Amino acid sequence: MNKYNPTILSNRTVAPKVYRMELATGEAPPLRAGSFVEVEVPGKFLRRPLSVSLSESGRLTLLYKVVGEGTAWLAQAQPGTSLSLLTGLGNGFDTEACRERALLVGGGIGAAPLHQLCRDLRAAGRQVTVLLGFNTASERILCEELETLGATVYVATLDGSAGIRGLVTDALRQVQPAFDYYYVCGPMPMMRALFPLLQADGEFSLEARMGCGTGLCFGCTVQTTEGPRRICHEGPVFTKKVLPW
Amino acid sequence: MVRDTSVTLGGIRLKNPVIPASGTFGFGFEAAGWLDLDRLGAIALKGTTLEPRFGNPTPRIAECAGGLLNAVGLQNPGIDALVNEVAPQVRRICSTPLIANISGFSVDEFGVCCEKADNCDSIDLVEINISCPNVHQGGMAFGTDPASAAAVTRRARKATRKPLFIKLSPNVTDIVPIARACEDEGADGLTLINTLLGMRIDIRRRKPVLANRTGGFSGPALFPVALRFVSQVAAACRIPLIGCGGVTSAEDVIEMMMAGATAVQVGSANLHDPLACPAIIDSLPSVMEELNIDKLEDIIGII
Repeated sequence: MNKYNPTILSNRTVAPKVYRMELATGEAPPLRAGSFVEVEVPGKFLRRPLSVSLSESGRLTLLYKVVGEGTAWLAQAQPGTSLSLLTGLGNGFDTEACRERALLVGGGIGAAPLHQLCRDLRAAGRQVTVLLGFNTASERILCEELETLGATVYVATLDGSAGIRGLVTDALRQVQPAFDYYYVCGPMPMMRALFPLLQADGEFSLEARMGCGTGLCFGCTVQTTEGPRRICHEGPVFTKKVLPW
Repeated sequence: MVRDTSVTLGGIRLKNPVIPASGTFGFGFEAAGWLDLDRLGAIALKGTTLEPRFGNPTPRIAECAGGLLNAVGLQNPGIDALVNEVAPQVRRICSTPLIANISGFSVDEFGVCCEKADNCDSIDLVEINISCPNVHQGGMAFGTDPASAAAVTRRARKATRKPLFIKLSPNVTDIVPIARACEDEGADGLTLINTLLGMRIDIRRRKPVLANRTGGFSGPALFPVALRFVSQVAAACRIPLIGCGGVTSAEDVIEMMMAGATAVQVGSANLHDPLACPAIIDSLPSVMEELNIDKLEDIIGII
């Protein structure tokens, strides 16, 4: 956990209700793919947990969706604004678990942490296939960025307005990608549907209504095969073998 | 001059009166990653029961103005794990006094847990929680009636020679007879207060936000309520009090002590700012200087 006050460099909408915020983080250490931050919002007692989309030297990119008053405040925050941030929260993805070919699956705003994950896997010389699911074409995020990194990207939309019509599970059946390890982040029904379909080992990034985000309050506990675990502290990323799905 | 922030609680000298409250600080391992545990006055460990507990289903947290509701429901590894593994591990990484916080579902469970805590060298003080609003039998029921509060205190007192504090519930019409009952049965002190029972509804889903329906309200909004309880019980009892509820600053610590608290627990503030306790401890001397307080113990119950 690291607490500091980075400044907003930019904060722009990239899809309906979805924003990309870039923060100047100065000397703060880079963050692991799949870790998250907690941002303070004026007038709210609890901080808001947000995925790290990309952490580079001196810069942090957050992709977030406006879902309530806290994120609505964040969406109107102007460049130059200083934010109180807790960083380095959660365990993050294990990029070394993949030997050759990785499958990344994201649903909606759950695609956010896949950006850095894809970058790190590509830097380590892994082949990366990405399946992204959205409701409709206008909600697509990160497709170009992931392709630029050298990943093969397939999109599924519920209404068929882009890519494969249907869910990411439909895309999985059609594409039949080759992979030795997978990484999934998205809505719980999507992850539960994928769980029995993905045959290799892999990991899922879970989400919960959190209290502290730092492991102190035990508000976001999930049952695993190894006992109760906090999504914010032992997670948010859990391997397939510990999830009792 | 050097300002003296030390206080004595149940015969134990604390270097300052700031104690992270049970349930808002885990068992200390997490925070050891970002603060020096030895700077804390003491640590109140996560509430523990006889048997391990998963706790309540999620969502366990709901936000509200001035704080939050929680319905964690006493998730813990059980008293045997606490005394055999967890507390000795915490003791190895710090020397600050450790408070075991114990809950039960029967008078005897409290007693058995206290006996086990009594045999654990790593535990310096026992805090009995008869005020948890989030479990469906036991818990708060023991703290809302003087006779059952007395029964639990009597059993716990027989079970341990360690300093014994009873953490009381604010969800009562009159706390004084309950506080006096604990004092009469040999409690060394009282912790005031646990959370206020509350509820939130998601008006779009037309369902309670918390899976448990209700939860305990804590946070800065609670501070004046906790202060009133401390002041009221300080006037009625002679044993030391730990003030708990909405404390977020050194000024709050001093206000709580002026009302009659010997020490203070910091709870929800840790959930907003994991560095809240060291920040409060850092600012105590300068606030004391501003208020012409040389020795913090001098202000206990002065109003």
